[in-house]
Amino acid sequence: MAARGLFKRRLGPLDYSRRWSLQLVFLASLVFLYVPILTLIAFSFNDSRRNIVWRGFTLKYYEKALGNSSLMEAFANSLTIALISTVISVILGAMVAILLWRFRFPGKAPLEGAMSLPIVIPEICMGVAMLAFFARIGWPTDLPWPLNLGAITIAHISFSFPFAAMVIRARLANFNRELEEAAKDLGASEWQTFRDILIPYMKPGLLAGGLLAFTLSLDDFVITFFTSGPDTVTFPVKVYSMVRFSVTPEVNAASTVLIVVTILLTTIAMWMQGRSEK
Amino acid sequence: MESWRRHPLVFWLINLPPTLWLVVFFLLPLSIIWVFSFGEKEGVIGINVTWTLANYVRAFDPLYLEIFTKSFWFAGITTFLCLVIGFPIAIFITFSPARWRPVLLLLIILPFWTNLLIRTYALIAVLRMRGYVNFTLEWFWEKANGVLLFLGLDNVALLGERFQPLELLYNNTAVVIGLVYVHLPFMVLPLYAALDRMDKSYLEASLDLGAGQFRTFFAVTVPLAKAGIISGLIITFIPALGSFLTPDLLGGTDSQMIANVIERQFKSANDWPFGAALSYLLMYITFFALAIRALMARGTSAMEAA
Repeated sequence: MAARGLFKRRLGPLDYSRRWSLQLVFLASLVFLYVPILTLIAFSFNDSRRNIVWRGFTLKYYEKALGNSSLMEAFANSLTIALISTVISVILGAMVAILLWRFRFPGKAPLEGAMSLPIVIPEICMGVAMLAFFARIGWPTDLPWPLNLGAITIAHISFSFPFAAMVIRARLANFNRELEEAAKDLGASEWQTFRDILIPYMKPGLLAGGLLAFTLSLDDFVITFFTSGPDTVTFPVKVYSMVRFSVTPEVNAASTVLIVVTILLTTIAMWMQGRSEK
Repeated sequence: MESWRRHPLVFWLINLPPTLWLVVFFLLPLSIIWVFSFGEKEGVIGINVTWTLANYVRAFDPLYLEIFTKSFWFAGITTFLCLVIGFPIAIFITFSPARWRPVLLLLIILPFWTNLLIRTYALIAVLRMRGYVNFTLEWFWEKANGVLLFLGLDNVALLGERFQPLELLYNNTAVVIGLVYVHLPFMVLPLYAALDRMDKSYLEASLDLGAGQFRTFFAVTVPLAKAGIISGLIITFIPALGSFLTPDLLGGTDSQMIANVIERQFKSANDWPFGAALSYLLMYITFFALAIRALMARGTSAMEAA
């Protein structure tokens, strides 16, 4: 008994993380969450169309995806929309964040409530609302690129900027207002205080909010599905039509590229947030 | 915080752009379909707003009522399964060594950052007839048959003549598996937040005083984590109820949910007023669930204060 105690410390009543039953559940959940994604990535390199048996490493499906002009066009559309949407979402989000942080005004609570609506309402409802809106106001559908992406971009900004505002506001909550007062006491104007004190302080929040907006835009399928036309297909919408058609290694390759892009961006965002907290 | 009157120019400068954007590009679209929901279809694309309630009444037809019930059922089972799987995960992470906790939590959240469409597609590849699950099962079947052959029982055909792949895709089970797969992080995060805040000495006290693990869990942990549990239940239930992609790609013809019906009204059936009415019913349900959450949160914080 003593020897056993030497090798295995007895489980304390609260050592839940060392109980095999909980370890098993956790491990099984990881398998459940990761195996589909990892097999998808692995089989994008598989030299077989049937997608089931491993027949050796190949990059030919990446070449095929790169050579697929409609897929590449969709990818370019997605990136363009995400970039424009991110810039405008961060600007609008920062305005909301400063407004709610700095001012007391009548109608503040309803405004806050309305700003959280795009976050909580079901995506499908927002999608059909956007579809009806652009049809009703007669939004032109025959504009040259990139103006034809306007409707999708507007819809993306509408659901992204409240998220950006939330992130930026969280950063502002810790701001020491005395810094601002000190700057003003020393004669800085409203604009100088904003540019030299507030903006540098908000920077990590702006970056985090921007990356969130970018990922949200790049990932969105449902709302884009209702605002895109035959000439304005985004990457997820294109993948959707390919998936409905069949399961091919080409889709795996395209998906892997998007997964890598998203994970890279998320890692950069977290790294920057971590650095700003030091 | 200062009154807006002290710097009216700054106030309007940062107030107007986002407020106008929200009104024109969000509230106006929502109002348009609200008005449409009281309209009647006229011709192919025309909508005549007559303030009729017919669209809402039609939503209670047995056909659509069944789809609503089914959606509630799917979302309910999903939420329940997420709770049952998510609770042990949250406990495991909470009681892990402090330096491991962020990593373990990240492992659960990371899949959430990959595209929903891609995750759903990945599940198709795993679940289909010639997919990896059936492939693994077939491997086991062959091995088991090999053992039977070795034992001289092969002529009995105990496991059937040939391997029968399971039909895992394009049915209701596939939809529920997909919904759990997508929504699990929604449940784990609030549960973890609640358990992390909890004073662990209550658990020690309960165990010291002779209550077993099960009794401690139900009599101490669950009541203390109540706010987190309710939060998790509701923020899992709401997006699950409004799911479009999962039933669309993984479900069969009889596993349509509300969102799929709404999509059909707008994209193929071309009955916008009815689709708009269904959208608003879905939104009212969402707001109702959020109100319950807010009420419960107020209730628990009042209890803590007392």
